Amino acid sequence: MISFVLKRFLQLIPVFIGATLLVYFLVFATPGDPIAALSGGKPMSPAVEDALRAQYNLDKPFWVQYGLYLKNLFTFDLGMSFSGQEVKDLLARAFPVTARLAVIAMAIEAVFGIIFGVIAGMRKGKIFDSTVLVLSLLVIAVPTFVLGFVLQVVVGVQLGWAKPTVSGQATWGELILPGLVLGLVSFAYVLRLTRTSVIENKTADYVRTATAKGLSRPRVITVHILRNSLIPVVTYLGADLGALMGGAIVTEGIFNVPGIGNLLFKAIRFGETPTVVAIVGVLVIIFVVANLVVDMLYALLDPRIRYA
Amino acid sequence: MPENLTPNPEAGAPRGKREGKVSNYKIEHFVAPISETPLQGVDAVKETGKPLSMWAEAWRSLRKRPLFIISSILIVAIIVVAALPNLFTSVDPTHCVLENSNGPAVSGHPMGYNFQGCDIYSRAIYGTRASLMVGVFTTILTVLLGTTIGALAGYYGGWLDAVLARLGDVFFALPLILGAIIMMQLPVFRDNKSPWTVIVTLAVFGWPQIARIARGAVIEVRNADFVTASRALGLSRFKALLRHVVPNSLAPIIVVSTVNLGVYIVAEATLSFIGVGLPPDIMSWGNDIASAQTQLRSNPMVLMWPALFLSVTVLSFIMLGDAVRDALDPKARKGA
Amino acid sequence: MSEVSAPKPLLEIKDLAITFSTPEGPVNAVRNANLTVMPGETVAIVGESGSGKSTTALSAIGLLPGNGKVSAGQILFDGEDLAQAPEKRFVELRGNHIGMVPQDPMSNLNPVWKIGFQVKETLKANGLAGDKPNERVAQVLADAGLPNPAARANQYPHEFSGGMRQRALIAIGLACRPRLLIADEPTSALDVTVQQQILDHLDTMTSELGTAVLLITHDLGLAAERAEKVIVMYKGQVVESGPALELLRNPQHPYTKRLINSAPSLAAKQGVEVKTPHEEQAAKNDNVLEVKDLTKVFDIRKGFGRKDKFTAVDKVSFAVPRGTTTAVVGESGSGKSTIAQMVLNLLEPTSGEITFDGQKMSKLSEKELFKFRRRVQPIFQDPYGSLDPMYSIYRTIEEPLRIHGIGSTAEREKKVRELLDQVSMPASTMHRFPNELSGGQRQRIAIARALALQPEMIVCDEAVSALDVLVQAQVLELLQQLQDELGLTYLFITHDLAVVRQIADDVVVMERGKMVEHASTDEVFTSAQSDYTRNLLNAIPGATLL
Repeated sequence: MISFVLKRFLQLIPVFIGATLLVYFLVFATPGDPIAALSGGKPMSPAVEDALRAQYNLDKPFWVQYGLYLKNLFTFDLGMSFSGQEVKDLLARAFPVTARLAVIAMAIEAVFGIIFGVIAGMRKGKIFDSTVLVLSLLVIAVPTFVLGFVLQVVVGVQLGWAKPTVSGQATWGELILPGLVLGLVSFAYVLRLTRTSVIENKTADYVRTATAKGLSRPRVITVHILRNSLIPVVTYLGADLGALMGGAIVTEGIFNVPGIGNLLFKAIRFGETPTVVAIVGVLVIIFVVANLVVDMLYALLDPRIRYA
Repeated sequence: MPENLTPNPEAGAPRGKREGKVSNYKIEHFVAPISETPLQGVDAVKETGKPLSMWAEAWRSLRKRPLFIISSILIVAIIVVAALPNLFTSVDPTHCVLENSNGPAVSGHPMGYNFQGCDIYSRAIYGTRASLMVGVFTTILTVLLGTTIGALAGYYGGWLDAVLARLGDVFFALPLILGAIIMMQLPVFRDNKSPWTVIVTLAVFGWPQIARIARGAVIEVRNADFVTASRALGLSRFKALLRHVVPNSLAPIIVVSTVNLGVYIVAEATLSFIGVGLPPDIMSWGNDIASAQTQLRSNPMVLMWPALFLSVTVLSFIMLGDAVRDALDPKARKGA
Repeated sequence: MSEVSAPKPLLEIKDLAITFSTPEGPVNAVRNANLTVMPGETVAIVGESGSGKSTTALSAIGLLPGNGKVSAGQILFDGEDLAQAPEKRFVELRGNHIGMVPQDPMSNLNPVWKIGFQVKETLKANGLAGDKPNERVAQVLADAGLPNPAARANQYPHEFSGGMRQRALIAIGLACRPRLLIADEPTSALDVTVQQQILDHLDTMTSELGTAVLLITHDLGLAAERAEKVIVMYKGQVVESGPALELLRNPQHPYTKRLINSAPSLAAKQGVEVKTPHEEQAAKNDNVLEVKDLTKVFDIRKGFGRKDKFTAVDKVSFAVPRGTTTAVVGESGSGKSTIAQMVLNLLEPTSGEITFDGQKMSKLSEKELFKFRRRVQPIFQDPYGSLDPMYSIYRTIEEPLRIHGIGSTAEREKKVRELLDQVSMPASTMHRFPNELSGGQRQRIAIARALALQPEMIVCDEAVSALDVLVQAQVLELLQQLQDELGLTYLFITHDLAVVRQIADDVVVMERGKMVEHASTDEVFTSAQSDYTRNLLNAIPGATLL
């Protein structure tokens, strides 16, 4: 197990370096003045310009610049936004909000996705299965932001069940509706994946053998079919964390949630490239770490991987 | 005829395991009448019926599926709309009169007007082309790039695989939307926004998914006996990849790409919505939805109409992908 | 003769019919099946794939696939009719009344749970775990012949060898002391010697427990050896049933006769046509293939750059005279397939030399290698994997001609027709696709493709192992006939010594990479020199019965 963790960790290093290098390269290694690129074409005060030069060490060779950028990332020295605030402070305020939102979305997609997926898979071809499948297709086909707007207007404004926008505190209760919107598309994917996986596993030889041993139906379903079907689902959920980050930009924008996505959304709207680069860098770190965690979980779920 | 076995003289004698067992019970020797159990030829060749290739067989099962029929009719309709929008509306989508701002549906303008006073229906019809174009070309690019890289990595393995796999991981580590945001911050892209910048951006972050699928499929096929056999017949390693391995790895790629086509259309709309997608002067569903959000509460239909066009299109491609998956999956075909 | 008074059958199947609903309409998998199993007795159901043997047996434990159902007849277990019994009743019966040992040890244990867990849940479900379940688990595993059972219980299935897994499955099947055990091809995936050990053990256990066994097998020899009673099924019907030895020695139904004639293990003893040796060729001392000190060492990566060396083939030397057949026999891991790969030049030897028709293969240039490819052709084991599913039969057979630029389109078509005729396939087959052909037919097409380049030698890597006995006999006969007509030389790789008798002139016996015996087929069968060969010969099921 330890050697497995170590191996995975070593494999992540080139990915992490590659991803941050990619981000960095995209912003700084393009033709033209990087300062002009960073400003998004807007005029900047000389003070801001100097600060940027210092932040990104633009007078040094590329590799040194990149190295210092990595160092800054790890020490959370992320520079200033154009409005003169520390990006670090902005992130510190926004992060817990997005974390809450992601937890809600993850919980919704995992719990409901797996439950519905198992029921649909066990009743393949029956009415429940067909209905759920069609609904999942609809959820995938309608863009998140359209769903968000519709739910905001219907649930928030017309029915008045929830506040259409989120306050500065962004409490758990306020985040349920945005969390639902954020998790909905992935919910559909989790459902479909679980369903496929259950259908495949329920005809597996070891399931038949388990039945032949005299186990009760519920035990066969939970201990053998569900347990084995979870392996690909967990992998998907891990990879989905990244998609949630992307989705958060849209969802937080719609519901005015003061999270990282919103921060990024505004930074893009106002052309604040340095802030965008800083935030994306942090998100890549989170994503890479999350993937490591998922790998561990995966190994825990599948002994064949652990000992391979 | 059924005969009762007379007591076996050897039964009493001690017998080892390897000499067979003799029962303590009387066992009838039953022979079924030959008329009821006629012998058939060993391994007779079926000569009736039309020969069917795997693709032909998939096609035969596909064309009977309602999901496939509905989705392909819709897709053909969408393609026609994208190619010849003027067949479906005579109203100029760029002819906007502010007096008509948020105007209701009137004769000749079935969906009413948007905030700028443009005809919503006409804009939705003309917006089809950009959205579809992004979906189609992104899919083509990702399939070409992903299949090539995935197939080479899976087939040759070793260090090539390791390098290409890590390269894919790097792009995979950046979620599509985040990556696209960064890409679109590039001066080159920011200042020349067009459908092509969106296509390139989506393809750059979309190919690793196809590459992973292609790699997996190729690894499954590369050791098949028919590949080894063709190598023994004198086919070069690379030609065996082209002629035998890749064609046999295409099914999962086709399935995923069909679904992806829809997903990319959604992605384009999302990017346009965030403000990093198509330039505002290009008519697309994403742009129309984005510009409609400001008056969502006063006139929600301005948003709903293009969203409906978009959703139906995406739904068609996803349904097509589902139908194709069922037709191509040998396990699903057996009905097990 | 100790006849039990008024014996009551444990399982009695009467006029059973089983129907599967398919998209093409209902299919009758079993019709009018009758069988009786007395307490403690072993009854074997013998048949080819698709004969309905497994379906019949599985209906007795309520494990028919979702689309299958009993459409007529009775399944009386201890007098109770289970034909239409609810799932609830089956849950009660399974495990402690009716147990099962499945076919494939690789896929029948859940890969994510420890062996001990999987045994324990069986005991618990049937209320037999007791206060010290772990000790009970160890006991059950020990009974099934697993050494060091307490430690083994803590391992996962992938840490077990195939034979070990099968023992674990037998432990599970018998853990709750059922009165009836359904054993569905319990050893067909294993090597013969392992098969013999496991069946011996199963025999001992079931006779100690007094468990009746319903044994499903494709191997008539094995059935006759292990069962008191044999039931022969053909196309969903019982064609003959009776006492095992009686049925074997005095078959009545033409299908049973056909089966006995084709079964290699039985045929060899019956004096039915056995390979006539090609002594003239051998005498000429004209060797097509010479293998000298052939060695292959594989590196096994163990992570962190550590490597282990594994010698798959260790200094093997033999020669194959022109126009004869040499069989390379061994169990899994003996290195026999590695030899085939090296002879086909698909794998490079670590050391040693392969000489083909006087030419040393290690000295061949790219161009000469291309020519060499024409002269040695392979036929593989898996009939479903050896033909490209995307290629029509015509394209499949034409491919080698095209690669080597032989003939015009019209000439190639004529040649394809000739080749199909040579393997007794109708010319109309050429527009069909592999998925429309049976396993045996695909193997014929593979032979036709191999013959297209008029090779001198064909390497058959387990070429008939995946086929049903009758089809196997047919393909073997075809190979024999082609050898006589075309003077082909065969290198025949197989795990099945029984088949060797029918096809080979010379035999090379391999054990763990080493050659332990090399002699003529007759010598090997009459006076084997090594213990290993004798073990292999002894393990052939049914060999001692006729």
